[in-house]
Amino acid sequence: MSGFSIYLIFFLIIALNYGIMGLGLNLQWGYTGLFNAGVVGFYAIGAYGAAILVGPDRDYLIGGFDLPWPVAILGGMALAALAALIVGLATLRLREEYLAIATFGIALSLQLVALNFESLTGGANGLVGLPRPLFHLFEDSTTYNLFFLGLVIVILGIVWFGLELAVRSPWGRLLRAVREDESAARSLGKNITLIRLQVFVLGCSLIGLSGGLYVAFIGFVSPTDFLPLLTFQVWAMLIVGGSGNNAGAVLGAVVVWALWTMSGLAISRVAPVELQSQAGAIQVMLIGLLIVAMLIFRPRGLIGEKTGGS
Amino acid sequence: MADPSTETAGMNALRGRLEIANVAKSFGSVAAVDNVSFTAQAGEITGLIGPNGAGKTTLFDSIAGEQLLDAGTVTLDGMRIDGQPPHAVFRHGLARTFQIPRPFPKMTVLENLMVVPMDQHGERFWNAWIRRADVARQEAALREKARGVIEFCRLSAVENQQAGAISGGQQKLVEIARALMSDPRIILLDEPGAGVNPVLLDIIVDRIRELNRGGMTFLIIEHNIDFVSSLCDHLVVMAEGANIAEGTVSDVMARDDVIDAYLGGNAA
Repeated sequence: MSGFSIYLIFFLIIALNYGIMGLGLNLQWGYTGLFNAGVVGFYAIGAYGAAILVGPDRDYLIGGFDLPWPVAILGGMALAALAALIVGLATLRLREEYLAIATFGIALSLQLVALNFESLTGGANGLVGLPRPLFHLFEDSTTYNLFFLGLVIVILGIVWFGLELAVRSPWGRLLRAVREDESAARSLGKNITLIRLQVFVLGCSLIGLSGGLYVAFIGFVSPTDFLPLLTFQVWAMLIVGGSGNNAGAVLGAVVVWALWTMSGLAISRVAPVELQSQAGAIQVMLIGLLIVAMLIFRPRGLIGEKTGGS
Repeated sequence: MADPSTETAGMNALRGRLEIANVAKSFGSVAAVDNVSFTAQAGEITGLIGPNGAGKTTLFDSIAGEQLLDAGTVTLDGMRIDGQPPHAVFRHGLARTFQIPRPFPKMTVLENLMVVPMDQHGERFWNAWIRRADVARQEAALREKARGVIEFCRLSAVENQQAGAISGGQQKLVEIARALMSDPRIILLDEPGAGVNPVLLDIIVDRIRELNRGGMTFLIIEHNIDFVSSLCDHLVVMAEGANIAEGTVSDVMARDDVIDAYLGGNAA
């Protein structure tokens, strides 16, 4: 297999896994209008949760339950859902700006917890040497990656299909009503606090699923994977792809991750050696520029929400 | 579904008696609603008039649960509904519209109506996976009911248009139509005629009258005196947070203090 296709497989695993995260955020923002500015926090909970549940028992660490991967990933999702429930109960009665501020703050705090709660998270070193699912069945890492890509596609497909059925049902109509005008929805007998809480928990559990899959793929977890930048990347993916459309969320993940990795490559080629570390900031600026440009020139995204006609 | 008006016409006991007793609501030191009491009788159209700033919309919000009362009680057909959140008040059978219409703008008129009925099986997301036939059956019934209401409200031409793209008058009809989807006991209308062109205004007046003939109870805030006098059985006049007069339209309109409050308030 050529170097390019090996890289392409690796790229698609990461991008489509971000697609799962994008679907979670799209449920929250695209369909219901919940401003989750702490995506990375729930991703981290899913990742660390899975890592702690699957990891081997070590003397210097709490946890290490040695559980099978499916259980660990579901456990990570459940922990992300639980965290969302607690955050949601505290903030969802408030207006949306408060949810944004609260989730942003919580995500930052969680990253610091991951960095400093060494006996649980391994601190700055993270949790390494996690057994990768079914790795022993494959001869080399390329065929393993191909298998993993298939796994991510299947999981993405299941999530996608389940969400499509749900958002096209009366439940999805209810979510859009809450997004469009929560006062009107409330005056028409809808318990919007309950609906928002439900969506927040569901979306965060999908974000947690994405975190768990990421750890399963790379086999370790460390705090540097959970910087606030990731939240902005996922938002850029949703804005570029098209908020309120599940296909848009996945397409945006692939497009933005492609632009991100290509711009990184280009910058590393062009920038002089002594400026390499600073040049990384250009990538972040490009993401910001992309979001602003999309919002000005094509606010509905590449494939936005379909409205009108039923 | 048949005409919504004929559906309720067969009922013997009228519903929707709304009793407001000693209701008060202040914002800081301003008494927006000050010890107001009156009753909207079941099966009647009660008009609530008064100059701008008299506290009418605050009273509406208080009745509908948007504002917590400082004092007083609100009773609908014998049930206390004060102190409950808006969605619970709605479930007791009180539907309201807004002074500035609040349709769900990116949803079609049909969707705006179909979202309303309570306890739809499809409002639980897992039923989209495990009870698809059941949800589809309920949707078909809801769609038929919504189309009936849309027809009754003369909105068939815009049924599949986004509710944000139709005229303000049509949006007021959409709000009335949404209210009808829940078979309420009483409908509170906040200035249904304001800013509506004469043709649509006639339709709105005519539909309200038709619904009332079928037994529907209304409480209506309105500035348009022609509108009020042609529709209402009973008038309540508010000024500076208090109800200053109450009675039949001709009685109330003949009173000097009402005319003073009204004209004085508007002239100010």
